[in-house]
Amino acid sequence: MHHLEQLIVEQIPRLRRYARALIRGDHSRADDLVQDCLERAWSRWHLWRRGSDLRAWLFTIMHNLYVNDLRRYREGPSFVSLDNEHDNIAMDGTRTEETLVLDDLHAAIGALPPEQREVILLVSLEGLRYEEVAKVLAIPVGTVMSRLSRGRRQLRAQLSEPRGPRMRRVK
Amino acid sequence: MNPERPVTEHDLHAYADNQLDPARRAEVERYLEHHPEAAATVNDLRRLDQSLHTLYDPVLAEPIPPAIQFPPVRTRYLQRAAAVVAWVALGSVLGWNLNNWNSTGQTHMLESQLVRPAAFAHVIYSAEVLHPVEVKADQEQHLLQWLSKRLRTPISAPDLTQGGYHLVGGRLLPSTDRMAAQFMYEDGNGRRVTLYLRRGAWDNTLTAFRYSRNDNVGVFYWIDGELGYALSGDLDKPELLKLAMIIHPQISP
Repeated sequence: MHHLEQLIVEQIPRLRRYARALIRGDHSRADDLVQDCLERAWSRWHLWRRGSDLRAWLFTIMHNLYVNDLRRYREGPSFVSLDNEHDNIAMDGTRTEETLVLDDLHAAIGALPPEQREVILLVSLEGLRYEEVAKVLAIPVGTVMSRLSRGRRQLRAQLSEPRGPRMRRVK
Repeated sequence: MNPERPVTEHDLHAYADNQLDPARRAEVERYLEHHPEAAATVNDLRRLDQSLHTLYDPVLAEPIPPAIQFPPVRTRYLQRAAAVVAWVALGSVLGWNLNNWNSTGQTHMLESQLVRPAAFAHVIYSAEVLHPVEVKADQEQHLLQWLSKRLRTPISAPDLTQGGYHLVGGRLLPSTDRMAAQFMYEDGNGRRVTLYLRRGAWDNTLTAFRYSRNDNVGVFYWIDGELGYALSGDLDKPELLKLAMIIHPQISP
């Protein structure tokens, strides 16, 4: 058991990374999700089959907590800071040049439907195999694939828009 | 030899994700040699993954905040107390990190400390019939003195008459880590906009107007000195911008 404890502790940074990407903007809510996940894992560790992938098991718990209580973990109104909703109008002639690429990606990820966001993060960030993702989310592999390609298509479309100067007039 | 199966979009994803078996992988590789568009897609997918790592991997290196306990603390009371302490500690750590990060962090901080609380407060109080404000406009002097004292900085209520709105009054609100003030304005048709302001450790060079929208509530926000301002309303963007443009020169002449 001591050993299991150690194994779980080792996963905390990855759980935090996933939660942070899953829940936009609000770091403390993301950490709440991690803590809830750890508590549930702690109370049910006897359900974990030794030798099976602990990380996938933890992601499964986290996924269930997240979908059961989307309202609690999601930050109230979900702001969509898409490019066209995110105009900067510099004042007094000063331009604020910002590198917003990552910012845009973060916003674009947040704008995806949660089920696509989960698939993309599990595959791209966590490097899970499609079959593992299917098990974690309790959906068929075909659904994993379609969510993956739909979600990525949307991200690519949003990120490949010509940027140009960030001075934009509000029409 | 088997005729090769056609290469689908899913194959391109699986190729980019290194999830094809070796035989199929070789087939897709051959296909990519003759289909530059598909090769570009694969490239894009990989770049996207890299960007995700650039964006989120820094979390891996962060110290685990005290809010996260494993094995979990049993007593609920202790847990709550720990959570409060953690919150404060986390706030300072994150604040520091974000300050030292870049404007990306700044934007997120503005969103969580200014824009979202402002939009929430707008939704809650602009719908309020009986008590939309704490102190009404007929006691404006008192309102401003009180808010200035609580926010520890001189506060004034901009005049929106030019835009067809009059001041209803204002209230003091708790924000994420500081106090905030909300002024409410109403037009002849009973439409309401609110101006939310608070101090914050923001980069005060980010003085551009920014816009964010959620469902029906639009928010224009900007930083001026140590104060952040967020104007929220169920108006369309040009209308709301017009009001923001009336407010801005009054605040920083």
